[in-house]
Amino acid sequence: MYQYDQYDQAMVDARVAEFRDQVNRRLAGEMTEDQFKPLRLKNGLYLQLHAYMLRVAVPYGTLNSAQMRMLGDIADKYDRGYGHFTTRQNIQYNWIKLEDAADILADLASVEMHAIQTSGNCIRNTTADQFAGAAADEVEDPRPYAELLRQWSTFHPEFDYLPRKFKIAIIGSDTDRAAMKLHDIGIQIVKNEAGEIGCRFYVGGGMGRTPMIAPVIGDFVPPLQMISYLEACLRVYNRYGRRDNKYKARIKILVHEIGADEYRRQVEEEFAHILTLGLEPPPAELDRIKGYFADPGFETGLSGDIDRSDPDFALWLDQNVHAHKQPGYAIVTISLKPTGGIPGDASADQIRLMADLAKAHSFDELRVTHAQNIVLPHVKKADLYALWQKLDAAGLASANLDLISDIIACPGLDYCSLANARSIPVAQKISERFADLGRQRELGELKLKISGCINACGHHHAGHIGILGVDRKGVENYQLLIGGSEGADTSLGTITGPGFNEDGIVDAVEKATDVYLAQRTDGERFLDTYRRIGMAPFKEAIYG
Amino acid sequence: MKVLTGNDLKTGDVIWWTGEGWSRHVNDAVDAGEHPEAILAREEAAQRVVGSYAIDAAVTGEGVRPAHIKERIRALGPTVRLDLSLKPADPAAGNWVI
Repeated sequence: MYQYDQYDQAMVDARVAEFRDQVNRRLAGEMTEDQFKPLRLKNGLYLQLHAYMLRVAVPYGTLNSAQMRMLGDIADKYDRGYGHFTTRQNIQYNWIKLEDAADILADLASVEMHAIQTSGNCIRNTTADQFAGAAADEVEDPRPYAELLRQWSTFHPEFDYLPRKFKIAIIGSDTDRAAMKLHDIGIQIVKNEAGEIGCRFYVGGGMGRTPMIAPVIGDFVPPLQMISYLEACLRVYNRYGRRDNKYKARIKILVHEIGADEYRRQVEEEFAHILTLGLEPPPAELDRIKGYFADPGFETGLSGDIDRSDPDFALWLDQNVHAHKQPGYAIVTISLKPTGGIPGDASADQIRLMADLAKAHSFDELRVTHAQNIVLPHVKKADLYALWQKLDAAGLASANLDLISDIIACPGLDYCSLANARSIPVAQKISERFADLGRQRELGELKLKISGCINACGHHHAGHIGILGVDRKGVENYQLLIGGSEGADTSLGTITGPGFNEDGIVDAVEKATDVYLAQRTDGERFLDTYRRIGMAPFKEAIYG
Repeated sequence: MKVLTGNDLKTGDVIWWTGEGWSRHVNDAVDAGEHPEAILAREEAAQRVVGSYAIDAAVTGEGVRPAHIKERIRALGPTVRLDLSLKPADPAAGNWVI
């Protein structure tokens, strides 16, 4: 893992001191809220439905156990004993006091973390494949590039006041586990026929009220020119992005309005200019960063055998454990989606336990996934049963990864001041309706995503089944979407028809799954069946 | 009736205008009349409350309840964590009136 150098630490420490002074001045009445609000937002401190909310950045979703333990301790010390892992691989605390905020940032800084650029119209925390450095199908580890990107984007003066917020995701496999094409910029590290590594740039994707899938803008950018190409993409956006209309200000609107070809032409022109300036990091710097992400000390000659005699363990093994590049090791995903639970929530004790397990079983490393789960990336197969037993005792062994109860849900109207409807109770009811694991496994891979408003933090556009909560004259109403996907086969869901109340939407989901079970052919996932038979049979079952 | 709400500057707690000050419990909210702007301006200027505004509410059998679901959730806490909602009997509620 990357470790702060003196510059990183000095910057973060200085920021804590600066914010402490700003908070003190606000509490002393020396600043109005209008003056203070942009300053607190620069440090991730929102005012939400019930209290201040602090969003902490987890750089490209990667944590060590000391950092994870600190997240648990903060939940206990300053919040109400839990945290919420988000769809951008971050963590949010819902009950923060302003008078504690600087102390929390100081605690975070002590473990090389912060909340900078988790709000505002700047480049937000870069997200990445949660299996980076461990996946068997990886072309190149994206984390060194994500770290380079973090350093480039942190406090970048030119991009501190963009037309709107800006989200970047980076992956290094053919399998897209980061919803890359639904970001402002998605970068895929690819290998060409000559065996050379390059960056493929997808620009202009996003969800929200105008969902769009990003087109390819740069097909094969040399890795050492990645920063210059990003600079060019951002510069064109910064110049022409719509600052007059918040709802048309994201880069996806610009790329759509002028067209991908014209946007690409302008980026290439800017890119050619930037290359003459020599802004690229020296190769030695990328190599230095890569050094932090070298493989941990994997043992060799380990057995790949796993005793599957415990049936519950075997179910978890089949669902939540993935192939690792190193023989004898596996990637474990800890589901934060127990039946009837709140997607993404973990108690302070659970957070600390996961930290301890990472220390004991995963070379001190954890990842947060955009699906609001936690990954232990490097677990010895021989340790899996013992690990599972510890997770099971803590309520963390739900064997439901990528099944219908592995629901992405935004905080919704229970916590969020922007929301129009509650997301979490709907997720809970669906999870309870489909509680039987055998039934879930019969349905197979089925990604269900719920947003409580059109901003789409719950990624409803990209759900095989998506649910969007809306406000109908003060009453919560839920629209059903079918056919979205966020992977290599990214697609946007289509609304089935009129919306439902809270119970009605659960019934509608069940009817959609019944159609799938009746119509599927061998090997088809829910999404495949929908793509083959279309919307009509689903509409008929749901509304007929 | 119109009641006034906002968040406590220091703690972020949802608070309600009592006619004399601010309370953490919605049942202490009073009708602020049709022109609460002066109260809101004065209280914001006094740096006690953040993001204050007026909402529609009614007195029900359970006490004062906002008209809109969003404000009811603000008043009573997340519906999915009833253990975290502020109830009159909770020791954590302390002295409601700040």
